[in-house]
Amino acid sequence: MGGRDATMVLLDENGIRCDGRKIDEPRKIMIRAGGLKNADGSAYIEFGDNKILVGVFGPRDVHPKHMSNTDTGILRVRYHMEPFSVGERKNPAPSRREIEISKVIKEALEPAVMLEKFPRTAVDVFIEVLQADGGTRCAALSAASVALADAGIPMRDMVAAIASGKVADTIILDVNNEEDQAGQADMPVGYMPNLKKITLLQLDGVLTSEEYKKCVTVGVEGCKLVYEIQKQALNDKYFGKKGD
Amino acid sequence: MVDKRKYVIPGDVITTGPFRPEQNVMLVGEKIIATAVGISEIYDDSVKVIPLTGKYIPKIDDLVIAKVNSHTSLSWELDINSCYVGFLPAQDVFGRDFSAHADELATKLKTGDLVAARIANFDRTRDPLVTISDRDLGKIDSGILIAISPSKVPRLIGKKGSMIQMIEQATNAAVTIGQNGWVVVSCDTPEGLLKAKIAIEMVNEKAHVANLTDQVKEMLDKKSES
Repeated sequence: MGGRDATMVLLDENGIRCDGRKIDEPRKIMIRAGGLKNADGSAYIEFGDNKILVGVFGPRDVHPKHMSNTDTGILRVRYHMEPFSVGERKNPAPSRREIEISKVIKEALEPAVMLEKFPRTAVDVFIEVLQADGGTRCAALSAASVALADAGIPMRDMVAAIASGKVADTIILDVNNEEDQAGQADMPVGYMPNLKKITLLQLDGVLTSEEYKKCVTVGVEGCKLVYEIQKQALNDKYFGKKGD
Repeated sequence: MVDKRKYVIPGDVITTGPFRPEQNVMLVGEKIIATAVGISEIYDDSVKVIPLTGKYIPKIDDLVIAKVNSHTSLSWELDINSCYVGFLPAQDVFGRDFSAHADELATKLKTGDLVAARIANFDRTRDPLVTISDRDLGKIDSGILIAISPSKVPRLIGKKGSMIQMIEQATNAAVTIGQNGWVVVSCDTPEGLLKAKIAIEMVNEKAHVANLTDQVKEMLDKKSES
């Protein structure tokens, strides 16, 4: 896993990708709400071969005290990859990339969480990537939003996330590790499906303006698929299997 | 009149139209949107969501069970199972002629003591101010403390207190329910105490089940036979 294979075909003539998916087909997604007893809220996501666990605490006292804000609560996010989550052992110390993703996820969740209801408090989100296979920030964001809802923190909407991208001059949905390494562009999209607002948009690669528009549309459509699975996860935990 | 109960998660549109948004809902344009996982209820002119999860947020006039954390020469700090600490001024206990050098706070309430208290004042800018100078309030001398999820307190009380009255009658126990999810049970007989504890924990675990009152009643009747 992870190594580049020069002979690999990212997209064959029938429109089938290297892992057998169609161009607009996401990987298999499974989300489970709850599971961690000591956290106020938690969620576990399997997004293809990504496996991520999220724990949420709060609202609770802010330590150190000087970080607290008298007008609003604060959101703190830690994204962390386990040493065994990738092919070669990863140093467990926070890397530049992890600090960036923590910040990006925090900013993608902030529009959804109604922190102004809890001045002088903090909501802590801990994201542990157990196994990584491309697209962990999107999977982590989707799981974090389920965990926040599980913790009972008031939210304007759920945040669903998925990446779209460009491989072999074609816009595809849900970029996996191989496509990320060898592909032409990668665009993680975070989206609030009911409010119809984008909370996360990054782009690595070069796209024409036409491709860019297509990429955003494909990403937003993908988020709606993820949202259904998030909804199901919360329904399963709180209302039994039936949902509504 | 309650109409159209629905299971909702954050972001779900409950209804549209001229309703007053109450707890755990917000108004976006015409739509009324849930902000918590729970059960939505539409009344004649208002909409609310009863949450199924979440921490206790103090509200004025709530009865809470509090634990004394520490004290200064002027006030006690109480743990009220929330993200804020309760603040009990010494005047509340000693009266208006309280003097910081003549009166020692530890003589009245020590660290670790349980009190039944009421939230006297709370707003965004300050920690909740609590009072124990009222009937039925004050230090709790006997009983056991059971912690349940604060979101399940309404279920434990039941419609017009039906659930808790039934538990009290069946076990002869006295139950004090704090809105913060802490419950104190005291009883003359250990059997009654144990039974009440099991019943309360059952409500906590099965809060989402329909006709829970009947199930609890069944359990209580069964236990009293054996």
